[in-house]
Amino acid sequence: MSETTDELVMARLEQVDKEFDLRHTRSIKEYVVWWATGRKGDLAETFKALDAVSLTIHQGESVALLGFNGSGKSTTLKLISGVMLPDSGSIAVRGRIAGLIEVGAGMHPDLTGRENIYLNGAILGMTEQEIDQNYDSIVEFSGIERFIDSEVKFYSSGMYMRLAFSVAVHSDPDVFLVDEVLAVGDEPFQRKCIQKMRELRDAGQTLVVVSHDLELIKSICYRGIVLEHGKVIHDSEIGEAVDFLRSRMPD
Amino acid sequence: MATNSVELADEPLRPPGHSAGLLALPRWRFLLQLLVKKELRVRYRGSALGMVWSYVKPAVQLLVYYMAMGRFLRLGATIPSYVVYLFSGMVMINFFNEILSNTTRSIIFNAPLVGKVYLPRELFPVSSVWVAFVHVVPQIVVLIVGALIFGWRPGIFSILGGVLAILIICTFALGIGLAFAAFNVYFRDAENLIELLMMVAIWLSPVFYQWHMVADAVPGWLFKIYQLNPLAMGVELSHYCFWMPTRGVVPAGGDAANLMPPHWVLGVAISSAIALGTLVLGQVIFHRLEGKFAQEL
Repeated sequence: MSETTDELVMARLEQVDKEFDLRHTRSIKEYVVWWATGRKGDLAETFKALDAVSLTIHQGESVALLGFNGSGKSTTLKLISGVMLPDSGSIAVRGRIAGLIEVGAGMHPDLTGRENIYLNGAILGMTEQEIDQNYDSIVEFSGIERFIDSEVKFYSSGMYMRLAFSVAVHSDPDVFLVDEVLAVGDEPFQRKCIQKMRELRDAGQTLVVVSHDLELIKSICYRGIVLEHGKVIHDSEIGEAVDFLRSRMPD
Repeated sequence: MATNSVELADEPLRPPGHSAGLLALPRWRFLLQLLVKKELRVRYRGSALGMVWSYVKPAVQLLVYYMAMGRFLRLGATIPSYVVYLFSGMVMINFFNEILSNTTRSIIFNAPLVGKVYLPRELFPVSSVWVAFVHVVPQIVVLIVGALIFGWRPGIFSILGGVLAILIICTFALGIGLAFAAFNVYFRDAENLIELLMMVAIWLSPVFYQWHMVADAVPGWLFKIYQLNPLAMGVELSHYCFWMPTRGVVPAGGDAANLMPPHWVLGVAISSAIALGTLVLGQVIFHRLEGKFAQEL
């Protein structure tokens, strides 16, 4: 890899804010009443999920987003993937962004394993030929050859997860996002997944991973970013970042 | 597959979560095809008759309407080949209604996907349109068989008229559907509004009656508005395609065009423009609202 590609920016967040409504108004009536009475107050309470977050991810980096529940890790991933848009600030990405945002988001229970591989692959941006070429390898990696033609609703949650992960690691995007999915599945499969993630990392794949399993994440990522209440409070080499996060744990 | 580094460096940085809307869809053909298959599969899960239902429902509907309108209200006495007249209009309205109800619910139904993976969201309403299309095809086949029994001899213009009818209805319905699919994410009331529209649709177009009955009953300006509504025009074009070329409709030596409302060619052009305008407007509304889909669902 040359100097220039090492520095290639894959994702950049600048002063990104994101707020969520805590209470939704679901009827036109309530809305009209609120509007007619002078639009006083907010219709919903809001919660600031991200507060002036800035970070840059370069090609080939393996980044862990760390933090306690509600710190804004998953929101950050959703903003990078484009599922959500920021309230203010700017986000820029390069190439194809895809990954495993939540187990089985693209799976449909009434389709067979085989059909779900195609559906999921296409959702992750693979072409038909790419799925055809990778099909055998996807099935083999998932280890559920015997059930590939049964409907996914008969699968156990572990099998579900195996299939979803298999498709995702074969989709080979430019930036691979993984959110808290390594916790599912039995230990042999989990080990296989971690092994696969390391291979991807060593092959220069750009990874952004969210996980609460700090030991596991240490073995996959080189860089750790710690979020707290929607702010980036630490950004360093992974070991240091994990120690930093642990130091903030209440006893 | 991942782009190689050199090519990737040439790609500009872009904001995620933005797409060219409907124009981006050709690139997603394969996924669109899979989504249509999925929707059809889900629709007929656990159903023994499956697609046969898309024949049974319109058949029953036709029978009921034919008895009530054609026989009891005697509309069949003044309109020749009334069954064909009735069904050629009903097919268009059924198509319109199915697109509307499918598209309006499409984003909600696909909430798990919309909330987790970024895709051009127009994929879901558009796949609903294809599902509706799959359902209208058997009805058109039945209609053609029925028309043939009544001596259907279409010319090239009849066929073009039929194709245009489907395009106008489809464009108009998708336009409304896009807007309401987006509204529906924020206010579920949208579904009820659409149901209301679906109920009225069959009366807003000359399905049971003929256009000149409207012209006789309302002021001229109101008739013009009525005539330009893409629904009425789609139904009228469907009559032009399927009903007029049947036996005994056009008097010997006459021209089918004489049975059409005045200035109908201009009317077709204006209705098409209205349908297209509705589609553009629907896309704009959808695009403005889609930014918050993921957090609202």
